[in-house]
Amino acid sequence: MNRLSWFNVTSLTLGFAFLYLPMVILIIYSFNESKLVTVWAGFSTKWYGELLQNEAFLDAAWVTIKVAVLSSTIATVLGTMAAYVLVRGGRFMGRTLFSGMIYAPLVMPEVITGLSLLLLFIGIGLDRGVLTIVLAHTTFSMCYVSVVVSSRLLTFDRSLEEAALDLGCSSFDAFRLVTLPIIAPAVVSGWLLAFTLSLDDLVIASFAAGPSATTLPIKIFSAVRLGVSPEINALSTIMIGIVTIGVIGASLVSKRNSLKQQKDEQAAARAA
Amino acid sequence: MQRFALIAVPYAWLLALFLIPFVIVFKISLSDIALAIPPYTPTLKEGFGPFLAALDFENFAFLASDDLYWRAYVSSLRIALISTLLTLLIGYPVAYAMARAPEEWRATLMMLVILPFWTSFLIRVYAWMGILSQEGFLNQFLLWTGLISAPLTILNTTSAVYIGIVYTYVPFMILPIYAALDRLDGSLIEAAEDLGCSRFQAFWLVTIPLSKNGIIAGSFLVFIPALGEFVIPSLLGGSGTLMIGKVLWEEFFNNRDWPVASAVAVVLLLILIIPIILFQRNQQRQAEQET
Repeated sequence: MNRLSWFNVTSLTLGFAFLYLPMVILIIYSFNESKLVTVWAGFSTKWYGELLQNEAFLDAAWVTIKVAVLSSTIATVLGTMAAYVLVRGGRFMGRTLFSGMIYAPLVMPEVITGLSLLLLFIGIGLDRGVLTIVLAHTTFSMCYVSVVVSSRLLTFDRSLEEAALDLGCSSFDAFRLVTLPIIAPAVVSGWLLAFTLSLDDLVIASFAAGPSATTLPIKIFSAVRLGVSPEINALSTIMIGIVTIGVIGASLVSKRNSLKQQKDEQAAARAA
Repeated sequence: MQRFALIAVPYAWLLALFLIPFVIVFKISLSDIALAIPPYTPTLKEGFGPFLAALDFENFAFLASDDLYWRAYVSSLRIALISTLLTLLIGYPVAYAMARAPEEWRATLMMLVILPFWTSFLIRVYAWMGILSQEGFLNQFLLWTGLISAPLTILNTTSAVYIGIVYTYVPFMILPIYAALDRLDGSLIEAAEDLGCSRFQAFWLVTIPLSKNGIIAGSFLVFIPALGEFVIPSLLGGSGTLMIGKVLWEEFFNNRDWPVASAVAVVLLLILIIPIILFQRNQQRQAEQET
């Protein structure tokens, strides 16, 4: 195999140090006793305790999770439909516009998307709150879901669906019994992506949220605008921890599944 | 019937919540302010003819007359462009080393690049506030090594904005370049070396051209969002850093001048249309090459 030259080792080391050092420093300082976040005054977990007492943050976290679950679920349904239409739908009127509307939100600056949605909500007289954030998040995350799902749809063998149709399935049954199980990993990762995007979004949520509902990123942003705070360090550490565990867990599960699939395929090949 | 519903539902959703909102932004950018609350004049109540007649380009003329906006667009373009070059300089060697790493490491290295994507963007920007401040980690470290004798002011300057953009967007550059380099056939480089190229020449004449698609895709993925960036300049930049995303936000939330904010958005969109179309073409061409 290729051995890594010293140049490659250096660039990997520096590159990953750059990516991870800031987060590591943040985590270390979250255990700092001192109120002055940059001066080390001994190990302490008191900021975690204070965070758990802070109702404003807890409320915002709850709103954020509600919004993320709702919007990512709706977005997964809509995005999967859209992907199916794009890949299997053939020609229909306005197809170019449709695919344009799927790809445009991926690259649109968030300030523009947020502004335009807010003007729409005000135009139709919708009160801003959880509902409007869900609508906004669903709209941009369905596009991410449909990109993820359609790349999976593109690569799988269409004859399987056709076989199901030949054997008397309705097209809905063929989708439910054949297509959906095959694309399920992509649908799940689409949901996860939509969920994370919703948890993370500050700009669009700020436009779509009214005074009645505040999400965690909005809360964090208004707190850190004033400067670094130890409570936010603790909150960030918790969030980094959850994400790390989630991503590593998901990748272990998918690794095990693909190993199992490989074994099944080998067994099938031997049997044949 | 089923087919119709399948197409109609996502279509209607995107029309209602993506396209129509843009039409509204466009309309408001041509309207006059009415005490910061809708409806803006003109409305459709008086009929379509008078409605059209009452729209004007006043807000755009205002943008052109105040050089704040002009400077903000130019400075956003410059920051986005320089940041894209810096991410390329940092991202390319990392992607190259990943593609050259032993097969069994690659999945792990890939996951290490993706992990920051799943970590909150806001938190990753925030992490730099503690590092770059006057008493922050970086200054303490530099003072300790004796490289500097007095703390540097980095936070709240444009340099901090560059650091923030490069840091948060470098995975967008690494991944497409890695994808291109991973597919690259190693025997081509060996052939070049057999034919008398030095290592560097082989890299310059073979590797770089073959990873061109990855470089282009990565550059767009960094440039386009960096241009409209709001979070990074407002947390890391100072009053001297002008970026159009921040101007739009302030125009909207602080000055409450919605027609001018809409006009700022329309102009930003016009600037972005060319790179967005080029990006889409590049993606399509790549997709065609793969099939």
